[in-house]
Amino acid sequence: MSKSVGKSAIRVDAYEKATGRAKYMDDLCDRGALIAKVKHSTIAHGFVKSIDTSEAETIPGVVKILTCFDAPNRPFPTAGHPWSMDPHHQDVADRMLLNRHVRYYGDDVAAVIAEDEVSAMQAVRALKVEYEEMPFVLDVLKALEPDAPQLHEEYPGNVLAHTEIRRGDYEAAIQEPGLIRVEGWYDTPTVQHCHIENHGCFAYEEAGRVVVVSSTQIPHIVRRVVGQALGIPWGNVRIIKPYIGGGFGNKQDALYEPLCAWLSTQVGGRLVKFECSREETFVSNRVRHAIRTHIISYVRPDGTFVARKFEAFSNQGAYASHGHGIVAKGMGAFPQLYPCENLECDCWTVFTNKPSAGAMRGYGIPQAMFAGECHIDDVAKAVGQEPVAFRRAHLMPVGYVDGFSKNELYDDTFNQCMDRGLAYIDFARKYEAYKNQTGPVRKGVGCAVFWYNTAVWPISLESSSCRMVLNQDGSLQFQTGETEIGQGCDTAYSQMVADAVGVPLEKVHVVSTQDTDVTPYGTGAYASRQTYIGGFSIMQTGLALRERILNIAHEQTRMPVSNLDLIDGNIVRKTDGRILKTLGDLAMESLYSMESSQHITAETTAQIKTNAYSFGCSFAEVEVDIEMCKVKLVNMINVHDCGTLINPQLAEAQVHGGMSMAIGYGLSEELKFDEKTGKPLNNNLLDYKLSTFMDHPHLEGEFVENPEPTSPYGTKALGEPPACSGAPAIRNAILNATGVAVDCCPITPHVLYAEFRKAGLIEE
Amino acid sequence: MYDMKALYEAGSVEEAVSLRMEHPEAQIIAGGSDVLVQMREGKRAGKELISIYGIDALRGVSLEEDGTLRIGSLTSFSHITRDPLIQKYINVLGQAVDQVGGPQIRNIGTIGGNTCNGVTSADSASTLFAWDAVVELTGQAGVRRIPIQEFYIKAGKVDIHPDEIQTAILISKESYENTFGHYIKYAMRNAMDIATLGTSVNVRLSADKKYVKRARVAFGVAGPIPLRAVTAERLAEGQPISEELAERFSQAVKEDINPRDSWRASRDFRLHIAVESAKRAFMESVKLAGGAL
Amino acid sequence: MEKHVMQYKTVHFSLNGKNVERTVDVRASLTDMLRNDFRMTSVKKGCEVGECGACNVLIDGEAFNSCIYLAVWAEGKAIRTLEGLLGPNGELSDIQQAFVDEAAIQCGFCSPGFMLTAVEILESGKEYTDDELRKLLSGHLCRCTGYENILRAVKKTMYRRLGKPMPEES
Repeated sequence: MSKSVGKSAIRVDAYEKATGRAKYMDDLCDRGALIAKVKHSTIAHGFVKSIDTSEAETIPGVVKILTCFDAPNRPFPTAGHPWSMDPHHQDVADRMLLNRHVRYYGDDVAAVIAEDEVSAMQAVRALKVEYEEMPFVLDVLKALEPDAPQLHEEYPGNVLAHTEIRRGDYEAAIQEPGLIRVEGWYDTPTVQHCHIENHGCFAYEEAGRVVVVSSTQIPHIVRRVVGQALGIPWGNVRIIKPYIGGGFGNKQDALYEPLCAWLSTQVGGRLVKFECSREETFVSNRVRHAIRTHIISYVRPDGTFVARKFEAFSNQGAYASHGHGIVAKGMGAFPQLYPCENLECDCWTVFTNKPSAGAMRGYGIPQAMFAGECHIDDVAKAVGQEPVAFRRAHLMPVGYVDGFSKNELYDDTFNQCMDRGLAYIDFARKYEAYKNQTGPVRKGVGCAVFWYNTAVWPISLESSSCRMVLNQDGSLQFQTGETEIGQGCDTAYSQMVADAVGVPLEKVHVVSTQDTDVTPYGTGAYASRQTYIGGFSIMQTGLALRERILNIAHEQTRMPVSNLDLIDGNIVRKTDGRILKTLGDLAMESLYSMESSQHITAETTAQIKTNAYSFGCSFAEVEVDIEMCKVKLVNMINVHDCGTLINPQLAEAQVHGGMSMAIGYGLSEELKFDEKTGKPLNNNLLDYKLSTFMDHPHLEGEFVENPEPTSPYGTKALGEPPACSGAPAIRNAILNATGVAVDCCPITPHVLYAEFRKAGLIEE
Repeated sequence: MYDMKALYEAGSVEEAVSLRMEHPEAQIIAGGSDVLVQMREGKRAGKELISIYGIDALRGVSLEEDGTLRIGSLTSFSHITRDPLIQKYINVLGQAVDQVGGPQIRNIGTIGGNTCNGVTSADSASTLFAWDAVVELTGQAGVRRIPIQEFYIKAGKVDIHPDEIQTAILISKESYENTFGHYIKYAMRNAMDIATLGTSVNVRLSADKKYVKRARVAFGVAGPIPLRAVTAERLAEGQPISEELAERFSQAVKEDINPRDSWRASRDFRLHIAVESAKRAFMESVKLAGGAL
Repeated sequence: MEKHVMQYKTVHFSLNGKNVERTVDVRASLTDMLRNDFRMTSVKKGCEVGECGACNVLIDGEAFNSCIYLAVWAEGKAIRTLEGLLGPNGELSDIQQAFVDEAAIQCGFCSPGFMLTAVEILESGKEYTDDELRKLLSGHLCRCTGYENILRAVKKTMYRRLGKPMPEES
């Protein structure tokens, strides 16, 4: 039997996208749609006292203006998490459609619906908002101070949540004589996803229900959130998700779907479109949590960890969104990656008057790896060891089992991955050669590993549903609730379906669009879950469809089922290998049978109560121009063990994209704010330094394939992992080049200028 | 859809001049890569525009009878870079404008628009300052030519009379003859960026290539408008070529530049980069001129 | 509020080789006209200020961000969009096929713009180094691919058109 899994099949959506025919949200919207625009607050914290709409109302083309005084007082959550039946585990419901209490510069205070974009924008500009200003706070540590401005009454001290891990006796352990203490504070910035298609959606009413077509990663969750926000039964909401131009976690929140749906209901169910501008995407969607991490390690002179302390302060911004989950996931990695018997770990998620932080590729792990892996190089340096050798000696050993998730490290993944990276970069030789340079341009190599676990079990529900429908010609359609957002899951799934059922890939048709009226339930694209989780429901449904097919084959051929197989779209008698009929013939006969007509379909839901580690590493080589304070990344490799590759070419492409994001994280990207007003300073693609074509070297993505035993296809997370270890690898390369340990990212020329002056590398 | 009150299109310089008279409130739009962006931001929303983009007579590079290099104001950056006359006489200008934004921006952006904005970060401006460019403006009374240093009045403001449009940038033969220059754009990424600092240096060497006959250095973003650092220029004049001269030359630029602190970069940082860039651009210019360091 | 006096202009131009005319609101960008009046879905809106390159089209053979190009400026121009690259029976052009084969497409939103700039590069008939290609393609932002496979697709097509073998990856 020829297998589809493991082959670099061409993307199933490649032709549509290569021709420009693939339809994204705006391509589907009727040109006659009303246009909605939002008025955003121009203060970082305070209350709206009044909004004067009189001038705006007179603008020709304006249909309706709705302010925070018109919006219902019905808070709702937005995070793209599965619903929890346990009220204590439900997401924080702290969002309003429009806000009287504004908590960041850019909060939504009013909306205009107009016949065209220009009128809508004119009306937005003509709205006169009077505020009662309140003090605001942007820094996470300042927000924890006793006299800090308070954002949410329900969360005194601005603390959304605090969790801890305790192991052994930290205080007692550090008394051991002869220990070396290594301490660092590591800061990561506020960054944004920067998918090239901004979020947008359009809404209308049909048969008394509200329909929203949205650029989202999570249609089924958005359906629930729109229901909650509008106070209507969830069944009265229909969400349709077409092709989307990237998401990276930003569209793993309900963004403007609730508002757009509500606006449509306020104009009699007319078609209303809302598209975020790029400027709004940066500020009024979601960002990645900036996290300040404090790590203290006590090690013996041989490098053995005796006791470790970890404290992380996560900047949540104005609203809870994904909340504490991010920093908690990051903290969770700490005791596992370099096991240590005596630990004190604490993490806090803290409200500030910045844009709301949500999910972004890596979900707390890029921040935790920046802190943790910079720190590991600092420790290695303190004990005088080569950093890769240090890692080999102290990383999670083979056979390690995490008590909570039950994840197990089955294979010697870390060493296998590092071996590949080491060889590619020629690390050992270069590391020594670059150690003591003095010239104006210095080279360096660096390494970092990462920890990632797939999907969200056992913290939340993991389930996936799949439906397959056999056609008369032996081809089939399948649907899942898991979404194609550019990563290629439609293609990987098609390959899985082909193998599960026993048909050639070209006989498999994916229904790419999710429509909550039609598509079986699935929670969508996040947590690098889809290939792993979707694999369960696809295998299960594929087997169910096979069973039905073989039963019908038995009826049609009178051969015992046990003697029959479905191979490459043919019913084969196993005993002699003879092809008895094609699947197409079987389907025709079955569907049009005058005796027992059957439409051959299958649909199942799989609940998944396992989880899988997905590990790997990055190696980077840099050239640092000391006087110019510039880092040139000259070479970079990521090596991943995400189990068996479903589609090697797409997997490699996924790695390139994650590496690119890590390069920006390490060297250039940061959303900045005016300290005096809280106003975002660079919320556009010119001033926010997303890496361009000229800022990348060749990106090498490689794999170690150890099949994951818990997955039907041997696969595990690859969506987010590529973005997790690149930034600390670059930082560690700069350390090798210059001897300067930079403890924040992005490592911009401004940062290097200050650090190099401090280190005496450039003159005052 | 832009929030534009009205659009007037000029097909010729004469039409543009009369439209300027008829619509004194209107803003001139050349390639639009700045004006349209500002209009969308709301800064120029609801304004009238006079489009001169269609005036093909203002495109192209030519040599005037006296050897003056004439660059039509609507010549796009990419056309300047590719132009054989530019490559022959003032290649550094082609290199400088080849670092504006990205390829599409270089296809729409014009040298006239770049200078009429009056912004200090314009990649063409420091080189034009360093080469004593002359700006040609055409109005009702005819043609007016002024040195580029006088054209820039203050940040965002240039000397264009209400009836005028800029029609050309001129570089005299005296200015470009035997002169070799180098431009360093310092930015936070290698494409699609505005200059944190722009440094344009050019030198003319003695016949034996041992001495500096004349040196020029100009900066963008080292002050509210592009500026020359004349102290350094004077210091280098007549001096024998050496690395030490490059060092002294670069240190001297601090006498004339005055960058500010902004969220984009600190004053100290810009000063530091200016010195280092001046040194490197000086050394590169000397090499291009055939001097040995 | 003063009522806006609508101002229209009939624009005549060639779109993907065919002469067309449209009467447009003078406030329209070329993106607006191509998307709304001609339903060219390959022309994407990513930033609307010329920073991302998603709306890129070819005008008289050169790449332009159509978002910051007035529709009325199209008068007399030859404009090409991705739709124009396709053969009469839906055949992909060489550059489109290379993007498909090299997995240079992920979410697909930046792809049309990239492919049109690639066409400008390829039509120059020149051979470029990797660094030159990176510069020539640098007016487009992509968040999915790290640009790696896009470079490979353009390079491969360049060498194929030049009739030369593609050098080994360094």
